[in-house]
Parts: sequence; C-alpha cells; structure tokens
Amino acid sequence: MHSFGYRANALLTFAVTALAFICAIASLSDKFSNQNPSAEIQILYIKRFKSYGNDEVSLTLDINADLQSLFTWNTKQVFAFVAAEYETPKNSLNQVSLWDVIIPDKEHAKFRIQTSNKYRFIDQGHNLRGKEFNLTLHWHVMPKTGKMFADKIVMPGYSLPDAYK
Amino acid sequence: MDWQGQKLVEQVMQILLLISGVVAVVVGYATESFRTMMLIYAGGVVLATLITVPNWPFYNNHPLKWLDPSEAEKHPKPQVVAVASKKKFSKK
Repeated sequence: MHSFGYRANALLTFAVTALAFICAIASLSDKFSNQNPSAEIQILYIKRFKSYGNDEVSLTLDINADLQSLFTWNTKQVFAFVAAEYETPKNSLNQVSLWDVIIPDKEHAKFRIQTSNKYRFIDQGHNLRGKEFNLTLHWHVMPKTGKMFADKIVMPGYSLPDAYK
Repeated sequence: MDWQGQKLVEQVMQILLLISGVVAVVVGYATESFRTMMLIYAGGVVLATLITVPNWPFYNNHPLKWLDPSEAEKHPKPQVVAVASKKKFSKK
C-alpha cells in the first residue's frame, strides 16, 4: 500500500474478486424463482404431404405459449423451438425442428402465433404415413451470468394422414 | 503515505468495495435489474478508487520521526568481529 501502483493493483484485484462473487450470487438467485411455463400447439392443417425420395410434410401450426416465468433479472434471452419427434425402425428418436424464436424479453414471452413450418419437415425415408408423433417445445435459457440451461414440454398425440396429398 | 495511512487505506478500500457490492446486489435484486446492480457496483469501485488510490494528505498524519544524524555519531555501531561464530551477536 506504499505506492500509487500498488494501491491501484490491490483495489482492482479486490474489486474483480468481489464482482465474481456478485455474479455468482446473481446466478444463484435464479434457483429460487419458480418456473411454470405452459404451451399448447395445434396443427391447423396439412398443406402438403409428398414423397420426393424422402417424405416431406408442410403444415400450419397454431402455437400458444407462455414462457414469461422463465425470465428473471438475470435472464438475457430465451431461445425456443418446436420439434416434431417420432420413432422409426431405424432411429429410436427422430427430431425435426419446425419453428424457432429468440425471445429477447419478458414482454414477448407470452405469444400466440399461427405459422407454417419455418424449417422443412423431411423424414429420412418413407416412414411418415400414418405416423404418430410428438410436438415438443424446447427452450434454452441464456442468463447474463451463470450456466445456460434447457428444458422442454412434450405434447403427444399428433398424427399424419395415411395417404400422400 | 505513512504506515498508519497504509493500514487505513487498505481497510477503507475493502469496506467500501464490500458495502457497494452488498448494496448493488440488494438493490439490483429488489428492482429486478441487473443493469442497476452493475452501475451501483461500478460507482462504488470508482468512489473507492478516488478515495484510496491517490496519496491524499490525511494519509500522512503520522509521519515517521527519524533520529537526527548527530545521534548516530554519539552511539557508534559496534565493530564487526572477524570470527564467524560470533557474527550473530555483532549483528545486534
């Protein structure tokens, strides 16, 4: 503490150490927020269902979700996506991302949107006729400090028609 | 900066940073604003820098009182004895 440089160095070191603790506390405080997100997805209609070597489906979704409880003071943004998940003889789990969104703040976290699939729904092969599948809303919470975490809501009971159209 | 000043400056620095950190977390959590927390803490760090880093006059209220050089002449150092085993005593 005898010189200008020594004091500046001591202050900086202590300040940054304390900052690390502050960030750790902020990250820890997220554990005490209760999260109860909800989602509901309907398939309004299937626009197209064809096979071009592989089965491909075009459909229109009605997505109704409330992810507001994921936002705390330490949340930077939330990435959410809807995936179709189904089983085929070759793969025990197929996941096809149909639509996604980056939610920047709490005000945009409760939404209802009617949209066609943003990304193409293509199977590996010809397994989609009459296929039962789940629509799953996945989300990744990106905090300002701390560990990123992900969770999902699985909505079962969707099925595709038996014939191409 | 004298010895008392150095002790004081270290304590003042740590206390200021700890207080600003605690206030920042509490206010930030209460207002649910990460930005507010960071601004309060940054303000605390700047304040602590201004108070503790420059050599302010109030850190020099207890200057060391050195003896006058004439005192050293009145009490000359003991002569260093050449024998190695007695060197320890000579250092006193």
